[in-house]
Amino acid sequence: MLTEIFKGLSITLRELFKPPVTIQYPEIKRPVRQRFRGRHELRRYADGLERCIGCALCAAACPADAIYVEPAENTDAERYSPGERYAKTYEINMLRCIFCGYCEDACPTDAIVLTDVYELAADKRRDLIYTKDMLILPPPSGKPGTPQQVAEGSYPRSILPEGLVSEP
Amino acid sequence: MADLINLFIDDVAVSVPKGTLIVDAAKRADIDIPVFCYHPKLKPVGMCRMCLVQVGRVKLDRGTGQPVLDANGSPEIAYGPKLETSCTTPVEPGMRVITNTDLVKRAQKDVLEFLLTSHPLDCPICDKGGECPLQNLTLTYGPGVTRFDYADKQHLDKHYPLGELIFLDKERCIQCARCIRFQDEIADDHVLGFYERGRKMQIETMSTPGFDSKFSGNTTDICPVGALTTRDFRFRARPWEITNVPSICPHCPVGCNISLGTRRSAKGGGEWEILRVMPRQNEAVNEIWICDKGRFGHHYARSQARLQKPLIKKEGRLVEATWEEAFSLIADRFRAANGKAAGWLGDRVSNEDAWLFGKLFREGFNSAQLVNRPHVAGLDLVARYGVGVGTNLGNLGQGDVVFIVAGDVEETAPVHMLRLKAAVERGAKLIVANARETKMDRYAAISIQYQPGMDTQTVYSLLASVSNQQSAISSQVAKFAPSDNKIKAAGQLIAEAQNLIVMLGDERPYPVMVQGQYTDAGRALAQACANLVVATGHIGKANNGLLPLWPHNNTQGVYDMLSAQGAEALSGEVKALYLVGTDPIGEGQNLPPTDFVVVQELFLTPTAQQADVVLPALAWAERDGTFTNAERRVQRYYKALPPTGQAKADWEIFRLIAEKFGLKWSFFSAEGVMHEIAAQVAAYAGLDYVCLAETKEEWPPVGTSSDLYFGGTAYDNRGGVGAQTKSLFEINGRSELKWIEPPPPSGQSIEPRRLNRPGTLIDQSAIYEVRLRAAELVKIEA
Ligand code: SF4
Ligand code: SF4
Ligand code: SF4
Ligand code: SF4
Ligand code: FES
Repeated sequence: MLTEIFKGLSITLRELFKPPVTIQYPEIKRPVRQRFRGRHELRRYADGLERCIGCALCAAACPADAIYVEPAENTDAERYSPGERYAKTYEINMLRCIFCGYCEDACPTDAIVLTDVYELAADKRRDLIYTKDMLILPPPSGKPGTPQQVAEGSYPRSILPEGLVSEP
Repeated sequence: MADLINLFIDDVAVSVPKGTLIVDAAKRADIDIPVFCYHPKLKPVGMCRMCLVQVGRVKLDRGTGQPVLDANGSPEIAYGPKLETSCTTPVEPGMRVITNTDLVKRAQKDVLEFLLTSHPLDCPICDKGGECPLQNLTLTYGPGVTRFDYADKQHLDKHYPLGELIFLDKERCIQCARCIRFQDEIADDHVLGFYERGRKMQIETMSTPGFDSKFSGNTTDICPVGALTTRDFRFRARPWEITNVPSICPHCPVGCNISLGTRRSAKGGGEWEILRVMPRQNEAVNEIWICDKGRFGHHYARSQARLQKPLIKKEGRLVEATWEEAFSLIADRFRAANGKAAGWLGDRVSNEDAWLFGKLFREGFNSAQLVNRPHVAGLDLVARYGVGVGTNLGNLGQGDVVFIVAGDVEETAPVHMLRLKAAVERGAKLIVANARETKMDRYAAISIQYQPGMDTQTVYSLLASVSNQQSAISSQVAKFAPSDNKIKAAGQLIAEAQNLIVMLGDERPYPVMVQGQYTDAGRALAQACANLVVATGHIGKANNGLLPLWPHNNTQGVYDMLSAQGAEALSGEVKALYLVGTDPIGEGQNLPPTDFVVVQELFLTPTAQQADVVLPALAWAERDGTFTNAERRVQRYYKALPPTGQAKADWEIFRLIAEKFGLKWSFFSAEGVMHEIAAQVAAYAGLDYVCLAETKEEWPPVGTSSDLYFGGTAYDNRGGVGAQTKSLFEINGRSELKWIEPPPPSGQSIEPRRLNRPGTLIDQSAIYEVRLRAAELVKIEA
């Protein structure tokens, strides 16, 4: 009887001096796996234009119906993305999202990607509806944001050559 | 079903009427042959080569002309050396068609590969994506890969406004010419054409202003790709994101079946909005067409200017009030009026609204002084001798005659124009009589142009030349015996007609109110038309009788509801006046002298501004109900949008006011009101919301959910095809001839109704403004 107790305690004692497997979150953060799927972001091209063309294929692919896209038409005086169409409204309801990454797969321009950010808590449901302003990356340094005023006819296609190259 | 031809398509025995094209015959056997340029509503042209099939014909002996028989004694079949276009080849007896051999499949793949050499990779941003025949057929029949160089694609203008409403993407166009052929063959506005050739070939508009047609929107539906888009729907949403709600067009008496494509939109502040209006297939009413007013005139339902709350006049100003306050005030004042109350009811409201309005007056206000507005003469005659049950302009043909008098069909009932033109092509004869030239004159076998104001005399001249039988009015009619050969010839046509429809137009003097009473202006012509159909016996049968060109969508239904409740014109003093959906002051008329005015409206119209109480009503898209079209077909429309502000449905407002009079009506839905209408109005007997929602299989099956070849876009009718009510003559068999002496020309200047005239509702469609401004307004004398 007593031997059992000592046996048990000896394990406790041994473990006490081993390095812990838990970490002191949030002071310390564990690196995530390379293919971790977290909060989304909407990317831009090198010239600052948005990649998203408002096609809503991400929304169609989303099994949780978490994405709402409302498109509008670009003009050369007010250009958001190459080609004719851009997303005027783009929202993801993070409460619904199951981080499956289907949206990323569906996107023809690699505009929507899932990052490794997982700290998404908020205390109001409303704050968990991420709008386009929250999702879109800032323009590359030195480049203007959107809308841009561009020379007439300079972006006839919806995807820039840069977008046709798939990246790692 | 004479002249049936038997043939085999993919070893399936098919029997179809002579003259049927192979592609349609296959469809009858549920075999899909892919097409691009062919459309069952258009003449075949064989331009795209998508429909190639192998065709074998019975081998004939050259000497005897008899089929050559093989060893088994059955006719030998000779297959042609080449594939043939099934959209241009009519069936032949004993023919064998093969649609699924490798040869055919290879041809289909090649045609698609060719088409795609110039087609951009636009599907993600294309408005047709998701309901696009090119997408569907590529996935089903196309090659998986292309051998053409991407860099070699044709690059053309992607944002090319053909007119102010329709945009062309020249890259996406596959040169099928459906749009051009629709404009030429169906709408008869030759405003589109091809320009350039080969891969550079493009659609161009040939008119100034661009794409000048009242039917332009239909080309965006039948275009098999996303080359044509409307300004309204362009880049608004993907088709699969839209909720389609069946509805009825609220503008004209054709009563086109439509679908309201709705979605919650950020642009609309997170509210449900109508993004597009599409035709819903109903071969007895509008087939698959609607006019541009129906397509673009929906914006009033979501206008910022809509009334949100009840208003009560206090110290000369209208201030917001609660419904309770408004109802109490109305109840007090109408009770005090003690039977001296009058109601003016606009003819855009639903049958249910009109019924309860009458009931409220009868049971609550103790008055029957009810008028429908605008007041047109002949409503009672149409109720009596209107076209018979089963009428379908799509069935008119050889031996049938349509007589149009004093009306402009294209302007007042545009889709009727398309269908009459088609009827003429099938052999029907058109007689057009008017004081001026209209588009219908193009199709008329006989056009009669009379002196302004001589409409009634012309009808009697016609009648005099038709019959010399003795009748109650024959001696009076005889005075008008024509000397004009044209009229005699027209009389001859009518005398020989199997079916006769008389279209009663409204280019005649309008009744005006003189000391509370409407004059009889315009009545003589209506009676003359009635006499014409009665005297010639063309009443009480399908495709026979009167077909009026009424001003609005439910002119007939509102009349039916009010007259069934014993409505009479204003007869005496009016202490309290209730106006619903009508704006006399805005139309330059006066209200009768009265102490208290209630206006129930969508907008603060000039009349509403004068009111003591203004009640906000729901727009048609925000509620359900039924309209009765000019053919007296009762059709159901459904709720597509949530209400604006605190507005309520008209019928519900009447019920709540009735409560103030201690009346306990048990109507909790428009459907409940229809039950009472069916029980009390003879012509509406047997109707209910269930039977009105019945659909039937239509031919051709254009773009239904199971078919994405002919249309691409969905014309699915899931809301019901409606039911035609009987005319009074069909109910009780009573007819009579009545003589009203044709009045001499009044010299009254009238403005014929134009489709694109400004008005309270259409003015809210900003995109339509150009059309409204462009429409020339003519004035004629009557
Ligand atoms: S990750 Fe999955 S659930 Fe989340 S938005 Fe994308 S598709 Fe929807
Ligand atoms: S993120 Fe990609 S898939 Fe989604 S709308 Fe934009 S372009 Fe289309
Ligand atoms: S615009 Fe459309 S309907 Fe017209 S020819 Fe081109 S593809 Fe055909
Ligand atoms: S013809 Fe009349 S009912 Fe039909 S769509 Fe046009 S306006 Fe509407
Ligand atoms: S050639 Fe037959 S469908 Fe175009």
